[in-house]
Amino acid sequence: MTTATTSSALGGLTALPPASGRAGFGGALRSEWTKIRSVRSTMWTLGSAVVVTIGISVLGNWGRANHSGANAARLAQEDLTQRTLFGIILGQLIMVVFGAMAITSEYSTGMVRTSLTAQPRRAPVFAAKLLVVSFVAFVIGEVISFVSFLISSSFWRSKGISLSLSSPHAMQAVIGGGLYLAGSAILAFGLGAILRHTAGAITSGVGLLFVVTILANFLPDNWQQHLDKWLPFNSGGQVWATQHVPGNDLSAWTGFGVFMIYGAVAVLLGAYVFRNRDA
Amino acid sequence: MIEANGLTKRYGERLAVDRLTFTVKPGQVTGFLGPNGAGKSTTMRLILGLDAPTSGTVTIDGRPFSKVAYPMREVGALLDAKAIHGGRSAYNHLVCLAQTNNLPKSRVGEVLDLVGLSEVARKRAKGFSLGMSQRLGIAAALLGDPKLLMFDEPVNGLDPEGILWIRNLMKALAAEGRTVFVSSHLMSEMENTADHLIVIGRGRLVADCTVTEFIDQNSELTIRVRTPERDRLAGLATGKGGVVAHDGEDALRITRLGMTEIGDLAFDNQIRVHELSPIQASLEQAFMELTKDSVEYHAAVPGRPAAGAIADAAAVATEVVSGAIQHGGR
Repeated sequence: MTTATTSSALGGLTALPPASGRAGFGGALRSEWTKIRSVRSTMWTLGSAVVVTIGISVLGNWGRANHSGANAARLAQEDLTQRTLFGIILGQLIMVVFGAMAITSEYSTGMVRTSLTAQPRRAPVFAAKLLVVSFVAFVIGEVISFVSFLISSSFWRSKGISLSLSSPHAMQAVIGGGLYLAGSAILAFGLGAILRHTAGAITSGVGLLFVVTILANFLPDNWQQHLDKWLPFNSGGQVWATQHVPGNDLSAWTGFGVFMIYGAVAVLLGAYVFRNRDA
Repeated sequence: MIEANGLTKRYGERLAVDRLTFTVKPGQVTGFLGPNGAGKSTTMRLILGLDAPTSGTVTIDGRPFSKVAYPMREVGALLDAKAIHGGRSAYNHLVCLAQTNNLPKSRVGEVLDLVGLSEVARKRAKGFSLGMSQRLGIAAALLGDPKLLMFDEPVNGLDPEGILWIRNLMKALAAEGRTVFVSSHLMSEMENTADHLIVIGRGRLVADCTVTEFIDQNSELTIRVRTPERDRLAGLATGKGGVVAHDGEDALRITRLGMTEIGDLAFDNQIRVHELSPIQASLEQAFMELTKDSVEYHAAVPGRPAAGAIADAAAVATEVVSGAIQHGGR
């Protein structure tokens, strides 16, 4: 066909260029990128993750640095780097919301059926979505972590306590803070793919990261000793700390590895469900 | 071309689609007809691979849909107009779909123009009426200039102008040699649009024929007789093997007897006849007749046995629908 328009029924439409190859991962990736940046919920969740996490870290450190009776010598013994990042405790929950909604919103709106009609090969769709969510969560996580540290550490420096990115393990902890936030989003993304339900995915994500950690405190002491360090929050927490919590002998990266196993299991199960269950 | 072979889908205890075998050919509009809950949407989901069949196969031009190189160039489908993220603008919705199949972005503006949504392209789909959502769904279906179009109840929520528009669009698409497969629970809609019919009830194939064949095969000629001696003629007609129903104070509807037989019968018995007319069964009536045993949810009429209620409900529905058709200026 050499005509400029395709047909009378579709008058006004220009003929499509001829296609070669097949629709695959590249197109899916561009599509998922458009999807995530074209809805306001992304801006709201990520915006509140930034404000809440940095806000809490900054306020907490400002308060402790200026209004506590603790002397400098004692404070220097504490894990002040971890303290500069402690807004992550709440920030991780917002990242759970972001990660979960990136996939559950497809189901709650029914968009998934439209998406899978445009691209019925589900593996590239899932992989593209996972990659986009991980990338966005990682970038935002690192921004949160670095800004939290840079502002919060200035309060300590003004008190004469040396704390900067070149302090021992500080760089690892600050990068680790962003990684931990991204990991929380990935874990929730996997849960969302398994459950296909926003509230369910958020609840189970918050449960795994937050509630389980608290509940473990009610276990008998000797159980708790063995179990505690393997919990997602405690293992993953090693990567944004510079000191070991007593009883937790996992190194920063081993701990993060354990944390990511939780995420990987959720994502693999989610991928299986996404691929095989009726949409 | 769609080819379904022994297509079956079971949801737990419920058999939604039961050994369906049919072919949807290009160059014509194929109507997919059945009462609500007959399995039309499920069948469409199976064709698109959204649901996996329990057994059987379905292919598009000989391949499963998931093996098609550029799905949107092969199939444009509108299954559920509200199956979109309401927070996304119409434009971005179409862009994210176009990107999956490497379609040029310029195409998005063109299809929006075609369906008349350019003005609201940057508005979030959340605020769209059902009619606007249908148009957006059609725009999405046309993005890839597909060879096969599939619409599930497309006229729902459209105003008369919109209905006419989509009817003409479907006919024009078929006239270009595309395959057009459109479902409806309204026979009247198909009567105006479809060339070929696939009728299902409770997941099973009930008919697969042209629209004319369907009416011929499935409707009995009914004769309406108006007479002051209604009851006497009724008795006589019944005696001759006719099936008689009252039609108001002074008229009868008789089936199984021809016009000549009834006229002669009246003449022989000196019964005055004021009207003797054939009633051509509409497609709607044929459809009701054919599927009345396979309607899944009957409106129950309190205090009556179920079978009677079903027949009554069907009769009421037929009247309502034929009234609407007549009102619509047929």
